[in-house]
Amino acid sequence: MILITVFLILEALPVLQQVGIVPFFRDRTWHPAQGSYTIIPMIWGTLFTAIGAVLIATPLGIGSAIFCQYYAPPIIAQLYRRLIEILAGIPSVVYGFWGLVVLVPLIRRLQPPGTSLLAGILILTLMIIPTIALTADASFAKVPPAYLRGAAALGLSKWAMIWGVAIPAAQSGLLTGLILATGRAIGETMAVLMVCGNVVQTPTSLFEPMRTLTANIALEMAYAMGNHRSALFVSGLLLMAMIGVLVAMAEVISQGSIYE
Amino acid sequence: MNKSYYASLLPGIVFWAIALLITTIFCWIFTDILWHGIGQLSWEFLTTAPQNAGREGGIFPILVSTLLILAVCMAVAIPIGVGTAVLLAEFSDRESRFGRLVRRSLDILAGVPSIVFGLFGNAFFAKVLGLGFSILSGGLTLACMVLPILIRSTEEGFRAVPREYRLGAAALGLSKTTTIWNILLPAAIPGLVVGFVLGIGRAIAETAALIFTSGYVDRMPESLFDSGRALSIHIFDLSMNVAGGDANAYASALVLMLLLLLINSTAIWIASIWFQHQQT
Repeated sequence: MILITVFLILEALPVLQQVGIVPFFRDRTWHPAQGSYTIIPMIWGTLFTAIGAVLIATPLGIGSAIFCQYYAPPIIAQLYRRLIEILAGIPSVVYGFWGLVVLVPLIRRLQPPGTSLLAGILILTLMIIPTIALTADASFAKVPPAYLRGAAALGLSKWAMIWGVAIPAAQSGLLTGLILATGRAIGETMAVLMVCGNVVQTPTSLFEPMRTLTANIALEMAYAMGNHRSALFVSGLLLMAMIGVLVAMAEVISQGSIYE
Repeated sequence: MNKSYYASLLPGIVFWAIALLITTIFCWIFTDILWHGIGQLSWEFLTTAPQNAGREGGIFPILVSTLLILAVCMAVAIPIGVGTAVLLAEFSDRESRFGRLVRRSLDILAGVPSIVFGLFGNAFFAKVLGLGFSILSGGLTLACMVLPILIRSTEEGFRAVPREYRLGAAALGLSKTTTIWNILLPAAIPGLVVGFVLGIGRAIAETAALIFTSGYVDRMPESLFDSGRALSIHIFDLSMNVAGGDANAYASALVLMLLLLLINSTAIWIASIWFQHQQT
């Protein structure tokens, strides 16, 4: 872990020493070979896709956990849980491939060119639903049954019981799951690389192609030299920092849990 | 039947709909890949080399490279992983500063994007250690990636061993090494197997970390120092860079998913046999 950070910093150092950190946020364009280094469009790309995916996947993921815990008959719940686990195990490159051959043409019919922010958001949504659903399922399972029996004894409807008792009690687990999912969405490379179109620009609509930080590394690393190469390591550092912040947040939240 | 009766039904309907939606999408993905991939899949596809940049021919060298990368990864990750887990579970207190530090860095490590592992592998294994684009550096990079999962579940396995085992061993005057090797390790095998399966699953699905470490070459690898293309990279390359490679990409995706299922069910099978063996 320390070795990894040290190496990222070592490799990023040349460009930071020569041009400093400012150009990464102030330059007009991303042409590292010519010495302009802005990574703002890529940061927006990463944030847009991750936030969009988390917004869509949260209700679906938590909803399916609630379905498993409170609505489905036991056999179906068991089957459904297995299905989500398999879904979680599908390689990201398979998601990306499916997105490229199925989803992108569908979106292209709506509005060309098809490879777009929207495709990226949808694929990421699919990929993080299992993460959210499995963690939410586990945290609902940990809600003490006495709470639920108490709620039932008060004559609350099933929905009132879930909304008023189960969700608040499972709150910290749910939040931790969401943060894990956000981390996965930010770090995902292959799937977004395959469906997003990879044009370096800040997307202004859902149908425009864009590029994320991770995709940028994957695309350019193969031929990057000198400062260009170090610039890519800078974006690697930035990703690492984002994940560090998320993990710290998860830790704070899970310490403040109300059951235990 | 008044209005509030229907209102009380609404949440149930919504949740069934969500579950149905996710199931539908899942079936869609799976049947899509099965449908397009099964036509291409044959014994020849598995045993011949790719031709014409992968549009024709099979995936034999790619399968071999994939398995070699996995083998390197696991050969390195398992000893280190089990060692660290033993250290964490048996030689350090759960709340000690050292244990907490190691555990926290493992948590962060587990969340690090795979592409960052790729960058690291490229800088460290390929450049500094001079391994170049090779199966070895790919496998080593993957080993770093699966370590957190492996350590976590092995550690859980060790912690799940009943306290009586340790007390009994101590009462018999066994040394700590003997206790760990002959008593705790066998009892912790289920945790190890789970970690092994999760680790292999993550490693075989990995693409981003391998692009700059094990490389693109789709020839048959001659040694561990040769560059070799992993199955997932093959899918990526066929669908992105090779026009008309979709059919073989479908077939490769199918192979990849079948391979994953196979590994998972074998591990579950081994674990269940082992459980029965232990109970008799």
